[in-house]
Amino acid sequence: MTTSLQKTPGGASTGEPLLSVRDLTVAFTRRGEPDSVAVDGVSFDVAPGQIVGLVGESGCGKSVTSMAITRLLPARGVRVTGSAMMDGVDLLTLPEAEMRERRGRDLSMVFQDPLSSLNPVIPVGLQVTEVLTRHRGMKKEAARAEAADLLDRVGIPDPRRRLDSYPHQLSGGMRQRALIAIALACRPRLLIADEPTTALDVTIQAQILELLKDMVRDTGAALVMITHDLGVVAGLCETVNVLYGGRIVERAQRHRLFATPRHPYTNGLLGSIPRLDSPAGEDLVAIPGSVADNLPWASACAFAPRCPRAVGVCRTTTPEAETSGGRLLRCHNPVPATAE
Amino acid sequence: MLRFIVRRLLQVIPTLLLLSVLVFAWLRSLPGGPATAFLGDRATPESVANLERVLGLDQPIPVQYVQFLGRVVTGDFGTSTITGEPVLAEIGRALPATIELSIAALVLAVALGIPLGYLAARKRGGPLDVSTVIGTLVGVAVPVFFLGYILKAVFAVELGLFPPSGRQSVAVDATNVTGFAVLDGLLTREFDASLDALSHLVLPAVALATIPLAVITRITRASVLEVLNADFVRTANSKGLTPGTVRGRHVLRNALLPVSTTIGLQVGLLLAGAVLTERVFVWGGIGTLLADAITLRDYPRLQAILLLGALVYVLVNLLVDLSYAIIDPRVRLS
Ligand SMILES: Nc1ncnc2c1ncn2[C@@H]1O[C@H](COP(=O)(O)OP(=O)(O)O)[C@@H](O)[C@H]1O
Ligand code: SF4
Ligand SMILES: [Mg+2]
Repeated sequence: MTTSLQKTPGGASTGEPLLSVRDLTVAFTRRGEPDSVAVDGVSFDVAPGQIVGLVGESGCGKSVTSMAITRLLPARGVRVTGSAMMDGVDLLTLPEAEMRERRGRDLSMVFQDPLSSLNPVIPVGLQVTEVLTRHRGMKKEAARAEAADLLDRVGIPDPRRRLDSYPHQLSGGMRQRALIAIALACRPRLLIADEPTTALDVTIQAQILELLKDMVRDTGAALVMITHDLGVVAGLCETVNVLYGGRIVERAQRHRLFATPRHPYTNGLLGSIPRLDSPAGEDLVAIPGSVADNLPWASACAFAPRCPRAVGVCRTTTPEAETSGGRLLRCHNPVPATAE
Repeated sequence: MLRFIVRRLLQVIPTLLLLSVLVFAWLRSLPGGPATAFLGDRATPESVANLERVLGLDQPIPVQYVQFLGRVVTGDFGTSTITGEPVLAEIGRALPATIELSIAALVLAVALGIPLGYLAARKRGGPLDVSTVIGTLVGVAVPVFFLGYILKAVFAVELGLFPPSGRQSVAVDATNVTGFAVLDGLLTREFDASLDALSHLVLPAVALATIPLAVITRITRASVLEVLNADFVRTANSKGLTPGTVRGRHVLRNALLPVSTTIGLQVGLLLAGAVLTERVFVWGGIGTLLADAITLRDYPRLQAILLLGALVYVLVNLLVDLSYAIIDPRVRLS
């Protein structure tokens, strides 16, 4: 079956997106050194209530993407271009004070390391209530009651007492629950979770993912799930964006991506997920090489040095993003489509 | 918390005992002794031996030490070989001057150092930051003695802005209540006396404050820079908190933890620096007592001053640790 390939600047969008990222490019500038481009023309949409995955190896630009959208990158030494539209305004050009109004209220984040992400010297309660007093204009007592309620909803036992605990007195899982409570305190419509389970034990990981899923369903928030672990998106995301070297190399509905990965990198990632049905002791097929081997996107496919399907053109011509049948693909020689 | 304090206080005792042995042995290893120093040109072997017998210095050193210790336990540090007065009485009279000077210097160093270090860190690489970094480098390198003389030459002698020496002008005729000149003026409502004492305090306090100011500024700057990059500050910003809340509640509180320890350590240096500063400004505090005692090998006075200095240092650091525990729940609650 031949597929007609058509170029689109962004991704497939259905209905009115909540967040619409276009051509997001982030370059770190250092005097006397060439700019280092960490994110290179990334475009994707998130619909209200949708769960979208952003997946790729460490260093591929996931965190930088999220921090560019939320404007948490350092003010100096960084150049951000493109746009991130939400509610008809471009978050990237919003004045700082207005961005501060929206952060924590309309969009919020959950970070990777729950211990270092909480302030060690102030009680957990204040770290929850401060966002309520800031954005919902609550008075101290009301905010405390609401905070206890929030901690209860994220599954922290004895929440009233926990308000006065300090982060080091909670377990890792409890801390991440507290961070989720903080992020969801003002019922934001967009939640960006950057590797929220990476620092946790395997059993706790599953609980936290379950909690995130429940919470976004209950509050109706859209979730951008950032992870290096395709196993995490497997049970969670509708749409998955696979990021390589700062560019999206493949995007598809989750079930299609898992059933028929077309990009060799996606295929490699899938090969390295532990599967319940794989024989015990069998080595996982890891992708050879590292991101250090990347070629510049400007004149090649960055993945070429590590790609088992690389052909001559891969080292001389940039593969453009092409969309067909709701799947975005950036590859000269994709894995053949089997019957979908 | 109480157990923590008691435990720490108990640890002080062996520390001081060890120090007393060291001080005792060190003093007696110095060339010359009180008798030789006191008799000066008139020293003959017989007169020296006589005087040493009177002072109890003819005994073996361990015996002297045990005697010394026995008296110290009852609060008797002996009498000065220079003045014949009980050393504790001498020290008691000189102490307020030194404490006043040290506190003034410390207040100056903390009140300027923390904001300066904080602002430098916030505007990293800016003109204030660059001049702060250079200034603190110079600040820790300049000898207190030298700085004292420069300040005196410029601001007292040349410009006549401040008195060149002493703690009070004779003409003011201040009433002595506590020995703290500035405080006495306030207590007796002799405000001109307070002002006069303050103006005497400025130059020595600045000279003495320079090194701790430089150190506190540097530590604050480094600490703020580190905290600004901390994950929890990113979290605070991701909540949309106002810049004021982020700075006050999240950055500053954490950044001050290492600074509080530094301040405690600076107290030791301050005591040493006070000796030199007092010398330059004829301050008449412990520093003056100490300087004379060293020249004339006044063992009892030296022992008392060095041990009390050590005690103060240890207690101040205990105080710092306590305040640290108050700001840092990880210490308090573990
Ligand atoms: N502050 C920074 N300065 C310079 N380079 C950075 C900075 N932050 C991230 N990078 C670079 O940007 C790239 C993407 O980083 P990141 O988004 O953190 O990766 P990840 O996908 O693991 O989250 C990396 O190569 C990293 O070295
Ligand atoms: S473009 Fe070439 S090198 Fe890049 S992923 Fe496709 S086949 Fe591999
Ligand atoms: Mg990351």
